[in-house]
Amino acid sequence: MSGPPMTAVAGIAALVLLSPALAAARAVTSAPPSDRVAAPAGPAARPVAPAAAKPARDSCATCHLETGDDRLANPVKAYAGDIHLAKGFGCTACHGGDPNEDGMEAMDPKKGYIGAPDRRRAIQVCGRCHSDARFMRQYNPSLRVDQVTEYATSVHGRRLREQNDPRVATCTSCHPAHSIKPPSDPASSVHPLRVADTCGRCHADAKAMAAYRIPTDQRDKYRRSVHWKAMSVKGDLSAPTCNDCHGNHGAAPPGISWVGNVCGQCHSVQGELFGRSAHARVFTDIGVPGCVACHDNHEIHETGDAMLGLGDEAVCASCHKPDDKGGRTAVAMRGLIDSLATEHDGARALLTRAEHAGIEVSEAQFDLNGAKDALVKARAAIHGVTVDAVKQEIDGGLAIAAKAHARGVRALEELRFRRTGLAISVVIIAALIAALVLKIRQVDRRQAAGERQA
Amino acid sequence: MPHVDDPHAGRSATAPHGRLWTWLDERIGLGEIQALARKKEIPLHRHSVWYYFGGMTLFLFTIQVITGVLLLLYYRPSAEEAYESVQFLMAEVQFGWLIRSIHAWAANLMILTLFIHLFSTLLLAAYRRPREITWVSGVALMGLAMAFGFTGYLLPWNELAYFATKVGTEITGAVPVAGKFMLRLLRGGDEVTGATLTRFYGIHVAVLPLVATGLLGLHLFLVQRHGMSVPPTVERMTEGRRRAMPFFPNYFLRDVVGWLSALAILAALAAFMPAELGTKADPFAPAPIGIKPEWYFMFMFQTLKYLPAHIGPIEGEVVGILGFGLGGAFLLLIPFLDRWSARGERSRVFIWIGIAIIVYVIVLTYLGYTASPTQ
Repeated sequence: MSGPPMTAVAGIAALVLLSPALAAARAVTSAPPSDRVAAPAGPAARPVAPAAAKPARDSCATCHLETGDDRLANPVKAYAGDIHLAKGFGCTACHGGDPNEDGMEAMDPKKGYIGAPDRRRAIQVCGRCHSDARFMRQYNPSLRVDQVTEYATSVHGRRLREQNDPRVATCTSCHPAHSIKPPSDPASSVHPLRVADTCGRCHADAKAMAAYRIPTDQRDKYRRSVHWKAMSVKGDLSAPTCNDCHGNHGAAPPGISWVGNVCGQCHSVQGELFGRSAHARVFTDIGVPGCVACHDNHEIHETGDAMLGLGDEAVCASCHKPDDKGGRTAVAMRGLIDSLATEHDGARALLTRAEHAGIEVSEAQFDLNGAKDALVKARAAIHGVTVDAVKQEIDGGLAIAAKAHARGVRALEELRFRRTGLAISVVIIAALIAALVLKIRQVDRRQAAGERQA
Repeated sequence: MPHVDDPHAGRSATAPHGRLWTWLDERIGLGEIQALARKKEIPLHRHSVWYYFGGMTLFLFTIQVITGVLLLLYYRPSAEEAYESVQFLMAEVQFGWLIRSIHAWAANLMILTLFIHLFSTLLLAAYRRPREITWVSGVALMGLAMAFGFTGYLLPWNELAYFATKVGTEITGAVPVAGKFMLRLLRGGDEVTGATLTRFYGIHVAVLPLVATGLLGLHLFLVQRHGMSVPPTVERMTEGRRRAMPFFPNYFLRDVVGWLSALAILAALAAFMPAELGTKADPFAPAPIGIKPEWYFMFMFQTLKYLPAHIGPIEGEVVGILGFGLGGAFLLLIPFLDRWSARGERSRVFIWIGIAIIVYVIVLTYLGYTASPTQ
């Protein structure tokens, strides 16, 4: 998930409300002239530091709340939770105007007032601050400042620029004006858990997408994927969502030849092996998107060994036959993987049995993790599609598993020895107790006889 | 102790024992010991069965000493090596698992028999004159046994032990005035660290055994000095109606039957439920859910959980700790508070107090294991 994206567009949200910045901006004029209100129609000047921008009065909020018209009052109310207000920016930061004036004079275009910017203009308004590294550094030094540039390369930006498409997403489509929050805020529209919904607002809407003739099932498919499960069930917010593969401000579908690079951001070993494999070249040649060919794109399910080989669930079988080289390679790799998985599971079961019986086998269990690691590496190695590379990992794992298995067998022998030892010692103790009881009776009888004689 | 004018007086009667006996008798007075053993009698009445628990506790203590010494041969008392040394003992050393398991189980059984011994003594008012010091030394030995358990629990340096010790020592820190000092004294710093482990080790294997041996010696000497106490009802009987059994060999043989039974139970527990080791303590890891102390601390732990945050102007935890402190002092001073028993009368008040303590301990311990960890 990207942090910068939403804050980038964040400026847009500040449009409608309270107004400290403009007047102060004009007064202080610390920004270069080009950054200030350029023309009556231009966007409001870039605000200066919030402390200086604090207005003595705020007629924007006062009037908008007093009108009784929700359309005017709601933006003021929503802005109370906006990150920009928290940083000290008021309405005029985006909308221009003069908050010191009462009545309609406050919205005089001569005073920089621009009203509600349209979608295209919103990009300029937000970009005025968010594309200025020096300015942004004062508020969030780690925030990127290339959102507008990236946006220009996106499918959204290109359509807006080239076709003047009024329906494409701009800043406020993803970062709702007046209620922009940082991505770390769970209520933010761009919090990792909410990104799919934010994108899906348009991309899952068949009506909205009809003109573009693109599928609208991506969100639903993603919701069935292992990535969503990792994020929503396991709480791993670093798991990928839409923008991690498509980009956020530069959103575009990955091309066929570089889809491996996209997945390889996280699955680096698999991506690298695949990139060097025979598959990579062939897939590009025949126009099949690399990773997607076997794993799908939005609906990526948990992988399993059944995907390998030529069985019913094997993805290799969709291209290869048992008698071709690829088919033989797939079967051989599957056989190797299965052999280590079986050995590992067998050894693990033995050690677990011993552990449950109270035998100390934690060291052996720890060592057996080496076999598990080898299995993981072998499963990654299959992306290189060479049997030798897989075998190399498997052989190391099998040696570790064999040792652990032997220790498991010894542990269970030890368990039998303990139980037998216990049985023998209990028999001996019981015999001693029986002998003592007899002795006690004898002593008691002798004593009683002695007392009777006395 | 019987007064013997001639230290070799008993020898002529036991001369037939042979030369070794004679040789030893001349030097250490075996005849006197034999005369003493012959003279010693165990009263017989309907509560005689409780006498066995003192001997049983002593037997289990002996097992603790023996297995403890064996464990010392392998144990290494540092945060870096403690867990690994116990792991090595359990996995690689021949019968190491058995020694550790018996040590752990015998500790629990010893505290159980000690509790039974103590409460039977309480209910039978055996603490009354002239056995007040026997009682006080017994209560002190119970405190020592619990201290043995608390310090020994940390020594394997595993996760459960680490956090249980952290919680346990934190409670000490809540003691008014001296709490912070005691906490630092116990932990060897502000946190439970390797310094705490070394400290607990020293206390467990040197300080406590030394004090316990002295107290135990005193306790046994006094038991020998005063003989077995009998309930007031039996005491009031005429000499002719009282029944007794010679300690040696009649009672001693019965004692041995009890010890052997305990040994069999210990062996079975060690074989079927060996002491677990768990995972190594990690001071930076979050505490696992539902940390519980050893069962003999559970009633106190659970009580503290039930206390409100504040009772009047004082913190609930502080009230609880003060309460247990007063409770311990009361237990210790019972012989001096119970005037009825001192006069040889039946003391209903203290019998009911004893029953109330037993019920309280059992109920709170039960709740400790069954109630939700958040309650």
